[in-house]
Amino acid sequence: MSIPVLEIRDVRKAFGSELVLEDISIAVPEHTATVLIGASGSGKSTLLRCINLLELIDDGIIKLDGEEITSVETDPDVVRRKLGMVFQSFNLFPHMKVLENIILAPMRVHGLSRDEASEQAMELLKRFGLSEKADQYPDRLSGGQQQRVAIIRSLAVAPRLLLLDEVTSALDPVLVNEVLSTVRDLKDQGMTMVIATHEMGFAKQVADEVCFLEKGRILEWGTPERMLENPSNPRTKDFLQRVHEAGRL
Amino acid sequence: MSDEIGRGDGSIPNSVPYSFGGQWSPSDIEIERRAARKRNVRKNALKAALSSVLVLGTLGTIVVTSPGWKVLSVTFFHWSYGFSILPKILIGFFESNVILTLIASTCVAIIGLTLALIRTSRSPALTPFRILATIYVDLFRGIPMLLIILLVGFGIPALQLKGVTNDVFILGIIAVIITYSAYVAEVIRSGILTVHPSQRAAARSLGLSNFQTLRYVVLPQAIRRVTPPLLNDLVALIKDTGLVSILGVTDAIRAAQIEASRTFNYTPYVMAACIFLLVTIPLTRYTDRTLRKSIERQNAQGQA
Repeated sequence: MSIPVLEIRDVRKAFGSELVLEDISIAVPEHTATVLIGASGSGKSTLLRCINLLELIDDGIIKLDGEEITSVETDPDVVRRKLGMVFQSFNLFPHMKVLENIILAPMRVHGLSRDEASEQAMELLKRFGLSEKADQYPDRLSGGQQQRVAIIRSLAVAPRLLLLDEVTSALDPVLVNEVLSTVRDLKDQGMTMVIATHEMGFAKQVADEVCFLEKGRILEWGTPERMLENPSNPRTKDFLQRVHEAGRL
Repeated sequence: MSDEIGRGDGSIPNSVPYSFGGQWSPSDIEIERRAARKRNVRKNALKAALSSVLVLGTLGTIVVTSPGWKVLSVTFFHWSYGFSILPKILIGFFESNVILTLIASTCVAIIGLTLALIRTSRSPALTPFRILATIYVDLFRGIPMLLIILLVGFGIPALQLKGVTNDVFILGIIAVIITYSAYVAEVIRSGILTVHPSQRAAARSLGLSNFQTLRYVVLPQAIRRVTPPLLNDLVALIKDTGLVSILGVTDAIRAAQIEASRTFNYTPYVMAACIFLLVTIPLTRYTDRTLRKSIERQNAQGQA
């Protein structure tokens, strides 16, 4: 087996005296998707932000393609060029049109010319059925469209690994599906992903591995079938029961 | 368009084609409602007109019939005299106030932006500059501009330094720039601070460096947000250019003063005031409009 794209070992993170991640260890092989589930505040988002070096970890090691990215010598900008991240709140740049949002990083970070970057961006927009939105400002788009643009923006730099942080939580139920099917397409095309989500049905479809987090610890992990249908940990059962009652399963 | 229906100014025909076939005509209740609204509109217009005529008419009559009115209108509003000396004031306005405003606002924009960037930066290497910028802003925001003008305009020539100009016009511009840079730096800094951290996070996660994030993501949003207060500062700057007249620069105010002290008629001052108003009122209106638009835009974003 080749080295995993992402390897997290014994990661720990505290905000002040509050421990938010403890003994986290995950390996994500190429072309697989690892889904993080757990209640809000369980540490899913923090973990993704740590991988992206938006937060500094307090202990442990994170490796990308076998190389440690958490050493003091690492240049975070270089690491982030290989990662894509999509946020719960889209975070599109409101002063830029859709196309400009997408070509910003390819042009400024990867040195593509405006034409090259635009051509590539238009291809992506076309692939995801958003070509006619290229010249619009983000606030003219629906939430689902905005989130899909955000996904395209993160894809435009051809990342090794895509981090998705509850990408459907800010959307109304009708729009959730268009975003999820976009993510499913990516998975089919072999994108390696770490996904934090509350959508259990979606988790079952895309995940190769599901990790259940509670209070900053991974309590249980395994295949989606086992985790979502027959979890062994009573806490996982309890969580899934509550999700089920909320009508999300 | 559809929300026009029911607003009932009575202009809507009683029968319009309905979008899915058929005709729609307002019900009796709706027709009555529209008539009632129309009556209310007429009543309110009448009230507004009556009270305006009454209050403004009374005030006007009191002013015009007061014993001092005649002497007042001769001393302040002697139009034929006013227009005869208007060219002198206009020359002062264009040669001093306008040029001063153009030069100062350009320099203030550059220096203010630089100060704001230094104050919001986190780079450890910039620490001494950050301290200096903070002291600068605290000092020059807190001292009356008139004092700065006097200190620079009279103080610097008194040093008799070689190679340093004694031109009061240039020294006046420098004094204005020193003060307004401090104001503008704070306005821009506040704009930078209001850009949500998630915008920064999104930019950084795309691999943009700290500087690129500032240049392409944070600053454009910050400047857009503080455009109305910056325009306000521009209006204030235009007016405050008049303060350099104290150094002996013959601007619009100084030109008016020279005339007024010659004839003891104060119409020149009124003329100078009118010239300033001709520039500042449109600019203030424009500022109000951009402010209203930017608030609307922010509200719209909040709903999205």
